[in-house]
Amino acid sequence: MSGKGIHIEGLKKRYGEGDTAVHALRGVDMQVAPGEVVGLIGPSGSGKSTLLKCLGAVIDPTAGRMVLGDEVIFDNGWKVRDLRALRRDKIGFVFQAPYLIPFLDVTDNVALLPMLAGIPNSKARAKALELLTALDVQHRARAMPSQLSGGEQQRVAIARGLVNRPPVILADEPTAPLDSERAMAVIRILNDMARQFETAIIVVTHDEKIIPTFKRIYHIRDGVAHEEVGEGRGFE
Amino acid sequence: MISLAGRDILHSWGKFVFTGVGLGLLIGVTLSMAGIYRGMVDDAQVMLDNTGADLWVVQQGTQGPYAESSSLYDDLYRSLLNMPEVEYAANITYLIMQVGHGDQDVSAMVVGVTAGKPGTPGQPRYLVAGRHITRSHYEAIADISSGFQLGERIRIRRNFYTVVGLSKRTVSYNGDPMVFIPLKDAQEAQFLKDNDALVQQRRRNAENPDFNRPGIPDLLAVVNASQSTNTYVNAVLVKLKPGTLPEDAAETIRRWTRLQVYTRAQMESILMDKVIDKSARQIALFLVILSIVSAAIVAFIIYTLTLGKIREIAVLKLIGTRNRTIAGMIMQQSLALGTIGFVVGKITATFWVPIFPKYVLLEPLDSVAGFFAVLAICALASLVAIRMALKVDPADAIGG
Repeated sequence: MSGKGIHIEGLKKRYGEGDTAVHALRGVDMQVAPGEVVGLIGPSGSGKSTLLKCLGAVIDPTAGRMVLGDEVIFDNGWKVRDLRALRRDKIGFVFQAPYLIPFLDVTDNVALLPMLAGIPNSKARAKALELLTALDVQHRARAMPSQLSGGEQQRVAIARGLVNRPPVILADEPTAPLDSERAMAVIRILNDMARQFETAIIVVTHDEKIIPTFKRIYHIRDGVAHEEVGEGRGFE
Repeated sequence: MISLAGRDILHSWGKFVFTGVGLGLLIGVTLSMAGIYRGMVDDAQVMLDNTGADLWVVQQGTQGPYAESSSLYDDLYRSLLNMPEVEYAANITYLIMQVGHGDQDVSAMVVGVTAGKPGTPGQPRYLVAGRHITRSHYEAIADISSGFQLGERIRIRRNFYTVVGLSKRTVSYNGDPMVFIPLKDAQEAQFLKDNDALVQQRRRNAENPDFNRPGIPDLLAVVNASQSTNTYVNAVLVKLKPGTLPEDAAETIRRWTRLQVYTRAQMESILMDKVIDKSARQIALFLVILSIVSAAIVAFIIYTLTLGKIREIAVLKLIGTRNRTIAGMIMQQSLALGTIGFVVGKITATFWVPIFPKYVLLEPLDSVAGFFAVLAICALASLVAIRMALKVDPADAIGG
């Protein structure tokens, strides 16, 4: 279950060395509480993707400190040893496109993560069905991804991100391919899931339609995150 | 944990099956090539087995009668029969030639054997139809692969022979069917001159003063007669008495007759190392090339299939899938492809082997070895794709 969301202090990321070095992140501070959904916005090249990759433990920051739930995962050069297990157990991912595994049905797409963690297939599938029910796609449990609509695929992707009950979910432009109605539905689901599972959710977005739905927004400019208060409309 | 490879195969089974069928046809060709080699070896061994001989006595300094020509006087077998170790000795001639059958010729090994002596070395051991040769002239026993039928008349040189018996798997070392005829006829066929040559030879003899002496009026006729008969055979096949060691008997014959004698093992060695060696090496090289081509095709197919799943692999890695799970998925798919290919190859080879003109022997053990070779090749071929998959950065799944 959740811990204390995500907490980062002074996160820096530099690509390259010397004169050619690029400072993608220049000391980002951020805190997202369990059950909270925050927006992460910024122009192209501002460092959003770099921050997302650092948070997702797929690239190493140059400096700073990251705490995920109760666990320090990076502290000025020190990092947890098994990043793969960290990503599997502590971080949920929702992508711009659903990126479901095309040769697994809906249930197994969601159940794959617990299976990878060593949970028996039957239990993993039961967990998956529970989430699919919560997301109202249980009726497509045996369907293949290619048989789902865009909205259904994105809901399955959210279920996959939540199935291991991670303390944090990183959503990378989850509404980009969707129309307004479906985009709002996805944000509503993310808010519901954040509350229900006490998960901290960071949504990277350019989507003007959904920005007003966040209570808090981190605006990245030139590698620095500026916290702004959002309108927070709609999903209480 | 579910089998990712199995699910992927089931999901796109059509692609896998069709690819497997294509690969299977190539494996079928490879298995057939191995069968052709086995068939060649078996033909050579069967030829030796069919003689029923323990020793081959041939002209001194030759490796006859199969690898080289060899000539012995046809009365030599009598002195061999007198040796205590020898149970039976039989003259034999071998001649590869075209046997006339209706309007067509059939390439065959014509074997001259002593008429009326079935069961002796060199004779066809088992007949599937008809009887053994009982007359001294113009009877023949043919292997069924020649296509000859009982009672048919076949032509060897200028003479016609009636097929009185049919045998099976009596073939030469190169797979040609054997046609057995009486020894006298075979000796004649081997050295028969045409009429013009006979006239020329007799004219030369007549003009030779050494053959035309007034004091010896019959000399010319005797010389002419001696030149139109053949008293040579290619070898004498010897059957030893039970309990006699072939090496010991061969040594005795070498010492007393000053002829070349080969045991069964030595004759097999001559056939394998000298007669069919180049063909065998040619086929072996072909097998190696086919194996390399198969490996390259499997590697290309698996690489292409993996290339189409780069994004899924990046997602799998991002969500915490172990590298060995991904490598296992690719290798299992490669092995599955190889298994499908092998099954298709084995089935197709089994079906098309009978239509080959020469004997093709598909040994069960070769198939087992072939299966493991295919698996090994597929495992190796998957390494390129695995290397690519392991290099995929999980960050590729995240946009930007």
